[in-house]
Amino acid sequence: MSTPQIEIQWIAALVAVSCAIPGVFLVLRKMAMVSDAISHAILPGIVVGFLVAGSLNSPLLIILAAATGLFTVVLVELISKTRLVKEDAAIGLVFPALFSIGVILISRNVANVHIDTDAVLMGEIAFAPFDRLVVWGYDIGPQNAWVMQAILLLNILFVFLFFKELKLSTFDSGLAASLGFAPVAINYALMSLVSVTTVGAFDAVGAILVVALMIVPAATAYLLTDNLKTMLFIAVAIGIVSAIAGYWLARFIDASISGSMATMCGFLFFVVFIFAPQRGLLSILRRTSRQKLEFAQMTLAIHIFNHSGENDNLEERRKSHLNKHLSWDKKFSEAIVQQSLNKGLIKLDGELISLTEKGQSFVVAAQRLISSKNHPEFSSLRKEFIIFSE
Amino acid sequence: MDYYDFFTGLFTDYTTQVIGLGTAFLGLMSGVLGVFAVLRKQSLLGDAVAHASLPGIAMAFILSGTKNTLLIFGGAALAGWLATFWISSIVKNTRIKSDAALAIVLAVFFGFGLVLLTFIQRMENANQAGLETYLFGQAATLLRQDVISMGAIAAFAIIVILLLWKELKLITFDPQFARSLGFSQRWMDMVVNTLIVLSIVIGLQTVGVILMSALLIAPAAAARQWTNRMSGMIVLSGIFGILSGVVGTGISSVGNNLSTGPVIVLVSVMIVVISFVFAPGRGLMALAWQKNKNRKSLALNTLLQGMYDTCRSHQNIKHEHSLAIIKTLPGYNRKTLKALRHEGLVSITKENEWCLTDLGISKAGEAIKSGRMI
Repeated sequence: MSTPQIEIQWIAALVAVSCAIPGVFLVLRKMAMVSDAISHAILPGIVVGFLVAGSLNSPLLIILAAATGLFTVVLVELISKTRLVKEDAAIGLVFPALFSIGVILISRNVANVHIDTDAVLMGEIAFAPFDRLVVWGYDIGPQNAWVMQAILLLNILFVFLFFKELKLSTFDSGLAASLGFAPVAINYALMSLVSVTTVGAFDAVGAILVVALMIVPAATAYLLTDNLKTMLFIAVAIGIVSAIAGYWLARFIDASISGSMATMCGFLFFVVFIFAPQRGLLSILRRTSRQKLEFAQMTLAIHIFNHSGENDNLEERRKSHLNKHLSWDKKFSEAIVQQSLNKGLIKLDGELISLTEKGQSFVVAAQRLISSKNHPEFSSLRKEFIIFSE
Repeated sequence: MDYYDFFTGLFTDYTTQVIGLGTAFLGLMSGVLGVFAVLRKQSLLGDAVAHASLPGIAMAFILSGTKNTLLIFGGAALAGWLATFWISSIVKNTRIKSDAALAIVLAVFFGFGLVLLTFIQRMENANQAGLETYLFGQAATLLRQDVISMGAIAAFAIIVILLLWKELKLITFDPQFARSLGFSQRWMDMVVNTLIVLSIVIGLQTVGVILMSALLIAPAAAARQWTNRMSGMIVLSGIFGILSGVVGTGISSVGNNLSTGPVIVLVSVMIVVISFVFAPGRGLMALAWQKNKNRKSLALNTLLQGMYDTCRSHQNIKHEHSLAIIKTLPGYNRKTLKALRHEGLVSITKENEWCLTDLGISKAGEAIKSGRMI
């Protein structure tokens, strides 16, 4: 690997990690689309900042553009406060307007702004190693890497110092307010952080793909853990993996690096979305089908129990009657009867179903449970009568 | 070309007519369908769908090798539709909320689209020049057959809306009631989502994938301010959409080489701002006026009742008070007192003292008794 290659991957990983950290809080606070709004809306700020400062990596530009991001958040809040439109429409109006202004400024080539719309959409991470930071005659690396290192440090410091406040205001802002933790201040601090990070990442990956790096790793981590700290670490790891894998994918097919990074993020999310233990699509489907079978066995047992009196019509307990009474089709009845037989809940006398002793105590326990509506006990019931092993 | 050329061209010049007609179809369609998106609080779904259609456009080009409008529309619609499907699947099956689901699908599809687009740029195919116009839109690239396709889609969507008018109204305003009548949630979502996808697709060439969502939201948000009826809102939103499309295209073709999308979006947002400020009833000015009126009438009431109470503590209900005493009453200010006098509720004597008139006494008595304002 050549030095520029390593530097590009270093910058890509820095961007991914810096984005993933605030992203976790955006996902948990249900504010993911705010990052979309900010990333579009900072464009005019960047153009104006570029006119003033002359470089995409100047601190002045970062502050100016980040201020535009914060301005967007405030504007959206002001508009939704008038109740003329709902919040989602307010977001959807503000950022395209600001983004349009930015695009027009760029395409009118105001005072030779050297950013074209391609850079706006995809960033220029491939060229990042050419912008060197030279201090006292020494070349200490790409400018953008230093900018991102500073922003990453800021992100880590913020989360480290205000972890308790962030956590509380994210999960229970009412409690946070009543305990004097100033959730509003924390919110604006977080929005400032998102804005600064977005601006820093803009140079590398452009306006829109920042959203992928902020939200997708965090959402993927959200499917894998219940613990905030673990979620932060998983999101960071996923960010790094997508950044590096994205870089190599882009090299391999000779396409946009930032686009490939977003694609890898999406790929990882998709894999987790399907296969995650407990929260993945597959385990959800498996769980629902298992619950359906369990419930059917319970229904069958209760049905037989209800018709086991001396004077009851034997017809009700016939296997072939199930489809009429419980509106089960023949195959399903057959399967449920077989499963209950295997579990020893019922016995068959030709066509006639009756409960075993185990089946009877199962019904008693189940009925008690249903009438008490005490859900946690269901797992003990499951263990005791092994309706369907886990 | 200047503005005069463009707008006379709408009536005389064939190319301008084609472009004008195309943007009018687009504005009409997004205006009409945006109403459902905005009222169902799905404004941002349009944003996700629009971004997500990019890989569909690129895929259609890679697979067919041509820039056939219908194929591109088809690819975009398929990708957009897949996006809505994936978003609802994420929201339904996981604990990820809809905002994050939108952001995920939007960014990932768009990123993948950019990968495909850069991949196409390196293919040896001269035809590819121009796929970039789908990013920010270029109305000048509209050809006769594009406009015909757009018109066909717009006509189809509007027929669907007319046929399903009652149902759409029901699922927009009271989805719970609709469910209780036996409409399935999935069916309802699918119809509206498909309509939104179609309206996005129709605008891709003119407005572009990035800004199309704004054209969906803005006319509807503006129309909402002027009327409370859905039929009125749809008509108005359609008109605003056409206006944004045609005027925006005009401005962009005058300022040469300007992408159409951003200009159309800014025009539509201007309409929103004007509506926010000036709409009667809901607009900010109307609200401020109403608030001012309420404040004045509250001050009048307070002062009148204060004077009434003070007078009642005297033998004579028409007891006169000097200005110094009236000044101590709650709600007093010069204008309020003047207004009371103007309304004939109080009068001033020759000794410069104030007293209630008969009308003032009866009004104040009534107001106190009924608890209502005068």
